[in-house]
Amino acid sequence: MKKPGVKDLYIGAVIINPPTSLTNKTGSWRVIRPVIDQDRCIRCRICWAYCPDAAILELDQPYEAGGKKYSITYVVNYDYCKGCGICAAECPVKAIKMIPEVEKL
Amino acid sequence: MSMNKVLEKKLLEPLSGNHAVAYAVRDCDVDVISAYPITPQTTIVEKLAEFVASGELDAEFLHVESEHSALSAAIGAAASGARAFTATSSQGLALMYEVLFIASGMRIPMVMALVTRALSAPINIWNDHSDLMASQDTGWIQLVSTNNQEAYDFIIIGYKLSEREDVMLPVMVALDGYIQSHTIEPVQLEDPEIVRKFVPKKKRPVTLDPEKPVSFGTLGDPDWYYEFKIQQVEALERAYQAYKEVSSEFSQYFGRSYEPFQILYGEDSDAILVVLGAHTGTFLKAVEMARREGMKIGLGVIRMLRPFPPEVSKYLSQYSFIGVADKAINFGSASGSYLTNDIATSLYLEGASSRITTYIYGIGGRPVKIEDALYVVRHLWRISKRLEEVPKKPVFVGVRY
Repeated sequence: MKKPGVKDLYIGAVIINPPTSLTNKTGSWRVIRPVIDQDRCIRCRICWAYCPDAAILELDQPYEAGGKKYSITYVVNYDYCKGCGICAAECPVKAIKMIPEVEKL
Repeated sequence: MSMNKVLEKKLLEPLSGNHAVAYAVRDCDVDVISAYPITPQTTIVEKLAEFVASGELDAEFLHVESEHSALSAAIGAAASGARAFTATSSQGLALMYEVLFIASGMRIPMVMALVTRALSAPINIWNDHSDLMASQDTGWIQLVSTNNQEAYDFIIIGYKLSEREDVMLPVMVALDGYIQSHTIEPVQLEDPEIVRKFVPKKKRPVTLDPEKPVSFGTLGDPDWYYEFKIQQVEALERAYQAYKEVSSEFSQYFGRSYEPFQILYGEDSDAILVVLGAHTGTFLKAVEMARREGMKIGLGVIRMLRPFPPEVSKYLSQYSFIGVADKAINFGSASGSYLTNDIATSLYLEGASSRITTYIYGIGGRPVKIEDALYVVRHLWRISKRLEEVPKKPVFVGVRY
């Protein structure tokens, strides 16, 4: 399909039909992926708050770990996570590990 | 327009160029003014601050911390649908440099007054065209006034032109520091109600609006950027015809009109001297004096610098000898003059073989006396009579070696 040209695009690169960024799956940029150890996670919400791409999802999903019951679970949205590692660096209990996407880089 | 008609209107006011601009901004019912003071522009926004304080103009006056922010705030206001204005000079315009491209690239309709002044270093607050010329490639429409009436009129014309759907580009209106900005001339002010009828506020199809979200200032990767730039090229080309239509409508409303390029005493002349800005009057006087001595020299006045008017080459190609008076130095360029580079290129593309002599004058506010203008006109006449060679480098009028 021919991409829109000079005559088709709205002037000034203004996006008039948001949110087009959803179609841009930036997860493909990732070379290392964050993996959350749910048993270690204390549900402090710090990773969720720090993620620059809002790629940490807070799910209403109960979870039991180490005799504690949580009503929520954090998971990574790998469609948009770029693998920057901020969540792993900020996690106060080291519950997030960054794992290479490819065995040998 | 006949003098009688002017007097009938009874609205001639003695105004400095800066105050003429402020009155035009008031008469256009501008919504947002953001500015940072800089000499010699300051009295424009001072007057506007008075208008806002007295309630004469219902506008937001934003006091920002730099010119970079002044233009950025004006862009934001205009993107939200407001009619925005800012004004600056010299270093202020230089500090706006990156934002100038953002305004034109985002297709922001707005008007900025540029009160022309030399650029540092050395520090110089006086007039020349260094700031205007160095910003000619930023995608803005540039209108250059030659007197305070034109400064008033160009602000009004500027809003009409800028907000046209087939243009949607920012407009810079230049007036010369001190020679216009601080010099009082009679200016015919128009009835604000009629001015507002001429530049009505229309809701634009796309603005920043929480009810209907859009994104301004997005990323344009290699797959997309190019197309938006070509849209800009085409809009700037359309701006030329649009200007002519706006100017003609302005003339129906107010009885004054300005050609993008005007030739005076062209018919029987051996050479044409091209000028722009406030010294047009000085050079016109010199041309008229020289003509009385039998030197047939005409004057070409550029009032639209961007887009560069196509008729410049059409008219000038009829003459074998052309003089270009530029009040700025284009360091290290082919001709050493911004104006000559444009005129020479347009003539070459037209297939013309006219010879150009560049005269650099008035740098850093060096006074331009009638003798200086006469020196230029006589020099050009001697060239046209082949009594003197066409110099390969600019003639630096009045410099001490």
